[in-house]
Amino acid sequence: MLAHGDGRGGTVLPVLQGEGPLAVRRTRGSGAEARVMLVGAMSGPLGGDHFTVTAEAARGARLRIGSAAATLALPGQDKAGARYDVQLTVGDDAELHWLPEQLISAHDSDLHVTTRVDLAAEARLVLREEQVLGRSGEEPGRLTSRLTVRIAGRCVLDQELACGPGAPGGWDGPAGLAGHRAVGQLVVVRPEFAADPPAARTFAEGVAVMPLAGPAALVTAVAPDALLLRRLLEEASDTLG
Amino acid sequence: MSRATLLVLADGRFPAGGHAHSGGAEAAVRAGRITDAAGLEEFCRGRLHTSGAVAASLAAAAALGVDPGELDLAADARTPSPALRVAARRLGRQLTRAARATWPHPELDALARRFPKGTHQPVVLGLTARAAGLGPLDAAYCSAYEGVSGAATAVVRLLSLDPFDATGVLARLAPEVDVVAQDAVEAGRLAVTDGVDVLPARAAPLLEIGAEAHAALPVRLFAS
Amino acid sequence: MHLDHHHDLPAVSADAHRPDGRRRALRIGLGGPVGSGKTATVAALCRALREELSLAVVTNDIYTREDAEFLLREAVLPPERISAVETGACPHTAIRDDISANLEAVEDLEDEVGPLDLVLVESGGDNLTATFSKGLVDAQIFVIDVAGGDDVPRKGGPGVTTADLLIVNKVDLAPYVGSDLARMAADAKAQRGELPVVLQSLRSGDGVRDVADWVRARIAEWTA
Repeated sequence: MLAHGDGRGGTVLPVLQGEGPLAVRRTRGSGAEARVMLVGAMSGPLGGDHFTVTAEAARGARLRIGSAAATLALPGQDKAGARYDVQLTVGDDAELHWLPEQLISAHDSDLHVTTRVDLAAEARLVLREEQVLGRSGEEPGRLTSRLTVRIAGRCVLDQELACGPGAPGGWDGPAGLAGHRAVGQLVVVRPEFAADPPAARTFAEGVAVMPLAGPAALVTAVAPDALLLRRLLEEASDTLG
Repeated sequence: MSRATLLVLADGRFPAGGHAHSGGAEAAVRAGRITDAAGLEEFCRGRLHTSGAVAASLAAAAALGVDPGELDLAADARTPSPALRVAARRLGRQLTRAARATWPHPELDALARRFPKGTHQPVVLGLTARAAGLGPLDAAYCSAYEGVSGAATAVVRLLSLDPFDATGVLARLAPEVDVVAQDAVEAGRLAVTDGVDVLPARAAPLLEIGAEAHAALPVRLFAS
Repeated sequence: MHLDHHHDLPAVSADAHRPDGRRRALRIGLGGPVGSGKTATVAALCRALREELSLAVVTNDIYTREDAEFLLREAVLPPERISAVETGACPHTAIRDDISANLEAVEDLEDEVGPLDLVLVESGGDNLTATFSKGLVDAQIFVIDVAGGDDVPRKGGPGVTTADLLIVNKVDLAPYVGSDLARMAADAKAQRGELPVVLQSLRSGDGVRDVADWVRARIAEWTA
């Protein structure tokens, strides 16, 4: 996907292309913003799959990317792991909202996700990731998810979550998830945070708003289920204005 | 390397300020997530394999001579909680003082000049190991071990836990500390050639969230 | 002892000079059991001395900031001159065995509000064996009170025996708690030889005068 400003306050999408199980659809945007929906043509990723999503919001673009449904990581036939790599790039005076639905780690699946965001100094970002450990009542699979955010080349966030059977010990203990089955991150990058960073705060059990060492803030939340997790992330997002 | 020197640096009584910090254990106790020795063990295990592994790799990389400024930024990126960044820098500053008094070395003086308010404690620990004539594996061991021993000591005070039970937890974790320390050295060596981005970044969500909840408490026993 | 007189390096120990070569503030520690009147004495000293000396206070609370907040509420000094150190349930460790957090607090006060003539370091309420490290303070005051039992001076202990000044506080309560002041004074004399003892009550308007005079004499020696 590539979006850039049309020079008249709107956003154009010269490249919008998907293949394999992932389709990309443009949906109705609002104002200057272009909206894109990722549509999974079938279930997946399955063991052995390797999905890649690349999106760039170039100078002047307002791009909002969502997904039509949750992503379900499933086991493959030969026990091989799956990979899902997301590369997002945001230019100066551009804004990207990456707001996919939840990633659900089904029993016996083994998925490795990397999400890498590169932002220019004057770029803006809202990114939400939600991981759900198992479908209702199901034991989770193994999930490893690394999220890296760079602003003007400098890494301001590098976090890897590893959970499920086979993950390093203690992942579900009092330091890790403590039995919570949904965990999420919301990253907000705004140039104005450099001079006026949001205050660190906790406003409910299981969620914290944390200014990062750069013009960015991270919300981390854990919850018993996906619905409560979404609520915590949205409340936290509201506090950032 | 001198094994006795390693004991001096690894001693829980090495005067570098660690006694005032619980490694997140106070927050977990307050939230009811640690109530007994079994809970302490799972807490320590989770900490060891996440922030403990990250800290050990930072220490190993610093001991191998990776630039402290690069490591400072890498540590910031791996520590989203501002309360934990403040605690890590405070402990780093205190360790810098203790290390300079104990093993005077130009690299430690340079570090004190470059970071007058402190850099992340594991980075200082790695440079302290260098100054003391110790190696990257020693630095990684000290870091990984103190990450769990500090929490265990704090929980003994917070829950009046039987100290024999707490020490038993540490003994059971020892084989995992071995693995974390060795992996940390490998990661540190890779960072020498490939840069700090290859260092592990494993996170423990409730450590970060708990650290912020703890920082907001009006009354607490430990600084972090 | 390291004598760091290089202009850009923070000192690592109780060096009498600041990094810029000027003489640093005199540091006086106040220790003693819980409830003996340490914080009240600090407050009274601040009121008595703040017009003639540039001074600041470091508190070591058992629970965070209680004593610091008392001093703030009483407005004995502007808030930027009061700093609280967290001690992880071990106030004696923070003033004796691992003084790094207190040294940092003292130095930060001198950097941020200095130049200072005097820093009072108040210990958290602790037992009779808790004394200050010579690496942290230049002189120490031990505060006991008549309500804590008139046998305390006779029992001795490092605080009562070796402190540079012993304060027997709340003498106005002696008749009500059945304490024998003459006996306390005689026992203290026997334990301490030539070291001074002050019997005080802060209920009267000028109750802290003797202690304030003792502090003035220490300042005169320090700056001589």
